[in-house]
Amino acid sequence: MMRSRRFPCLTVARYTLVEALRSGLPWLAAAAIIAVLALSGFLAQVAITEAGALRVSVAGALLRVVAIFMICTHTVASIARETNDKGLELVLALPISRSTQYLGKLFGFACTGAFLATLFALPLLIWAKPADLAAWWISLAAETALIAAGAQFFASVLAQPAAAIGATAGLYLLGRSISAIQAIAGSPLAGDSTLNEAARWSVDALAVLLPRLDSVTSGDWLLYGAPGAGELARMLLGLALYVALLAAAGLFDFNRRNF
Amino acid sequence: MRGVERPLSAVPAGVLYLLAAAVAAQLAWSIAQRPPAPAAADLPPAPSANVLRLAGFGETAALARLAMVWLQAFDSRGDNEIPYQRLDYGRLIAWLQAILATDPRSEYPLFAASRVYGENPDPAKMRQIFDFIFNEFSADPNRRWPALAHAALLAKHRLNDLPLALRYAAAIQHQATGASVPLWARQMEIFILEDMNELQAAKVMLGGLLAAGRIRDPEERRFLQRRLDDIERRLANPAKDQSR
Repeated sequence: MMRSRRFPCLTVARYTLVEALRSGLPWLAAAAIIAVLALSGFLAQVAITEAGALRVSVAGALLRVVAIFMICTHTVASIARETNDKGLELVLALPISRSTQYLGKLFGFACTGAFLATLFALPLLIWAKPADLAAWWISLAAETALIAAGAQFFASVLAQPAAAIGATAGLYLLGRSISAIQAIAGSPLAGDSTLNEAARWSVDALAVLLPRLDSVTSGDWLLYGAPGAGELARMLLGLALYVALLAAAGLFDFNRRNF
Repeated sequence: MRGVERPLSAVPAGVLYLLAAAVAAQLAWSIAQRPPAPAAADLPPAPSANVLRLAGFGETAALARLAMVWLQAFDSRGDNEIPYQRLDYGRLIAWLQAILATDPRSEYPLFAASRVYGENPDPAKMRQIFDFIFNEFSADPNRRWPALAHAALLAKHRLNDLPLALRYAAAIQHQATGASVPLWARQMEIFILEDMNELQAAKVMLGGLLAAGRIRDPEERRFLQRRLDDIERRLANPAKDQSR
């Protein structure tokens, strides 16, 4: 009680996490794990070699996508419900600042993401080395925090859930593919015309604005070993900086808005 | 939740019939439209490795293996007397190259190249795939030597091209110098020159691979055992084999 009064941000986070745990999210996660394990097991049966590698890499890749999808839709749905039920107006009437409320929600969503990452990492313990899996798990937790921050920002700004989910998915897919797009744009076959130069420059400029999600939580880690502690820390720092950027943008919008 | 639902009798009979008919129609349609396994001609041109990486959204290990499972379905229908015979090997090799470039540490593309596509009865296609294996071997000899060793064996026994087999054997001997490479592979030229038939050589090779701990995958072990049985049957009944 004392702690709640001193840290209202933690109280908001706690209720956000409780909301996630009492929704159908844990059951949906369990169903997703069963479906992914069944699919990857089937694919391993079809393979003529590297069946184990196929199973763990496909399961890792799918569980990662499912975790991202679930945290994104849950965050957007939670923000939309709070707005529609006028719960937000009630919370704003309480003696806590808007920033505290926003950051508390974000922390709660990040904890929900960490919960999903833990659930999804557990079945992979059967095949992956614990040290490699630990790196994958930490990275997935950080990645879900970033997506939660993005979803919260877009849900606050765009109001329409479909638009918010679309924008978050766009940010995520661009973050995961921008390196490959840069490689394609930089290929010698792309030509040296002014138009190609402009396209290359635009892609490079876009890459600066995006998080580098292609190098984190990679299924390769489960097969060939996770990167070293220094490299992992550098990746996590990159994700943390982007979470801070999205949180700052969200706070800026939330503090200016009239309800 | 059940308390707030109306009873089943509240649903009009027409809606129930419509639902049952729709389910039955969907099942019948799906069964009638069940697509066959893709034919050789269905294999599309290969994309570049960069495009494959883009499609994988950073999950290169999973994508490379999924692409291999997808690729091996082409021209592998049960009604084929000899699977993969009709494949366009130029296209196939471009796919294998792109997949290998997507995840260079995967052994799947070269395993399939040597053990599946390399066993095509068409000598020209065999040579095409052996060239591909040989070209890719030098990028990572200590990991990729088993594929070239099998190609050397096939070059000797199926193509009857001893100089080609010795060229591959010499490449293994000179480039695959890692501690994990077994002694017989490091003396591959002698192994090729030994007066053994294909079955004996394949048995020695498989035994060597197992002893070196290279075959840990149960699916791969089963696949190789089936191949050994095939060679055994073929050598026991050469007349039937030639008629193929």
